[in-house]
Amino acid sequence: MKLNKILKNAFLITFACLALSACATQKKTTGQMQGDVYTGTDTVEYLASGVPDRVFFATNESVLTTASRETLRKQAAWLRKNSEITIVLEGHADERGTREYNLALGERRANAAKDYLMTYGISSDRISVLSYGKERPVDSGSNPLAWSKNRRSVTVKAN
Amino acid sequence: MRNLIILFIIYTISTNALALIEVDITRGNLNPLPIAVSPLSIDEDSKKKFKSILEKENIGSEISLIVEKNLKTSGLFNPLNKDAFLQAPDIANLKPRFEDWNLIKAQALITGKVKFQNEKLRVEFRLWDVLAGKEMMALAFTTVPSNWRRVGHIITDKVYERLTGEKGYFDTRIIYVAEEGPKTRRIKKLAIMDQDGSNNKFLTLGNELVLTPRFNPTSQMVTYLSYFRNLPRVYLLDIETGMQEVVGDFPGMTFAPRFSPDGKKIIMSFAKDGNSEIYTMDLENRIVEKITNHPSIDTSPSYSPDGKYICFNSDRSGYQQIYIMKSDGTKVKRISFGKGLYGTPVWSPRGDLIAFTKLHKGKFYIGVMRIDGSGERLLTENFYQEAPSWSPNGRVLIFYRETKTNDKGEGFSAKLWSIDLTGYNERLVTTPTDASDPSWSSLLSN
Repeated sequence: MKLNKILKNAFLITFACLALSACATQKKTTGQMQGDVYTGTDTVEYLASGVPDRVFFATNESVLTTASRETLRKQAAWLRKNSEITIVLEGHADERGTREYNLALGERRANAAKDYLMTYGISSDRISVLSYGKERPVDSGSNPLAWSKNRRSVTVKAN
Repeated sequence: MRNLIILFIIYTISTNALALIEVDITRGNLNPLPIAVSPLSIDEDSKKKFKSILEKENIGSEISLIVEKNLKTSGLFNPLNKDAFLQAPDIANLKPRFEDWNLIKAQALITGKVKFQNEKLRVEFRLWDVLAGKEMMALAFTTVPSNWRRVGHIITDKVYERLTGEKGYFDTRIIYVAEEGPKTRRIKKLAIMDQDGSNNKFLTLGNELVLTPRFNPTSQMVTYLSYFRNLPRVYLLDIETGMQEVVGDFPGMTFAPRFSPDGKKIIMSFAKDGNSEIYTMDLENRIVEKITNHPSIDTSPSYSPDGKYICFNSDRSGYQQIYIMKSDGTKVKRISFGKGLYGTPVWSPRGDLIAFTKLHKGKFYIGVMRIDGSGERLLTENFYQEAPSWSPNGRVLIFYRETKTNDKGEGFSAKLWSIDLTGYNERLVTTPTDASDPSWSSLLSN
């Protein structure tokens, strides 16, 4: 898994370099973001091989992107295979919003992930939701890339 | 804590004064009133007694320093340098030589006397109009010696009220969240301090995340959000006894709590299935009422001082805006229409204004608007700041501000700041640790 991550990072760096040389006017962060949704893997951990633990959101949004839905389908398949596992969906927001609104937004994001897992056959009994708002960023930076990593819903094994 | 409930005995010595000096508080602090705060005089016997009890060399000077610092912080007064005072404190308190005080350009003068009497602290003070050569006010207090700081705050409140025509805000406390540790794993504790930053005390240990404490306007109770056992719920804390209890134990997250103006209800958000709605709970009979009913986020509710209306934050228009409604949830009306996003509306204790946080083009502002949304005024702009709380007289806002980190994610800090309604007199409120989510108490005494 570690190796996997290192390889991925190495790939990303190469990719970022390519992107830079291909389009010198673009900012170097664009290699890891699409619009303002994070598409990198720096912060991603894995629930099982090939099953990423988190999905990312656009600013102020709780709509799942195509990539997020793919990640959640992988999670659903893994959960169906491991029917004893229960999970907590931890919803987060970036630091660019008021604390209380972000708590609500984190809850809405985690529920977007929950709803999607449920449509793929995961019972709501196995899922709980916990919003942290902006209280637990993964990246302490004050820049658009850091904020994109922090706008997330993370699936955490609860048992 | 216990000394809060010990009553101050306050009595008027004599007042034969007319309102001669007046401080204009409608504008900024362009011309703060020059005022001389003479050290309160003290006899040798009392001095020794207080020194043994309070470990202060001269309690008279200490109390006058509190008054001086308060007046300076208000931005409306300019306390003059004591080195220039010509008259001794004891004599000045009997009868000031107004020419001497006039000479150093003082327009007002505070004198007083401290005495140890029947195991109690007795303080008298007088406020003088230097130009007219008249006494404006004279009061005396008796209280337990440990209350000496509060005596300084009460004197300031009386002077402030006499000279501005409005109640003061100095004998008050601030509850806030003390923060420590890296940004990604912040440790947060409830903390309380006097309005001037002294008597800081931590109320929780930091084992669980705590957020958004708010005072009950009628007592020393606090409502806040705690992540105890990883269940974010609204709690009630009695700061006199330390007793805590959960009040928002709903099947989901409860957050953004505030008291109703009469202190009998808590209004808060309850989030479930991706939807946050506003609810109230009656603290006596625990009856819960749902106030909003909309699939968008409805949060940050705050009552009008008469309890008839609620302002709140909703993204029902697509983005965060400020709304008001009747306290039963009817007649919902959007009031913020400027450019940008609006959050954290808080109704002024005077009832005429709503303070808010605004995000526009990557900057955060603290501002105020009238309750119909007109007359928006932005008081301060920064990288990040939010959550204003009103001083009990509605003159000052306290809020918190966070700094931008560098490329390595270093350099984060969170601090409390205050600013006058005029947009002037912005000040850092010093706290022993980083701090956020301040809430201002009502006046402890009147």
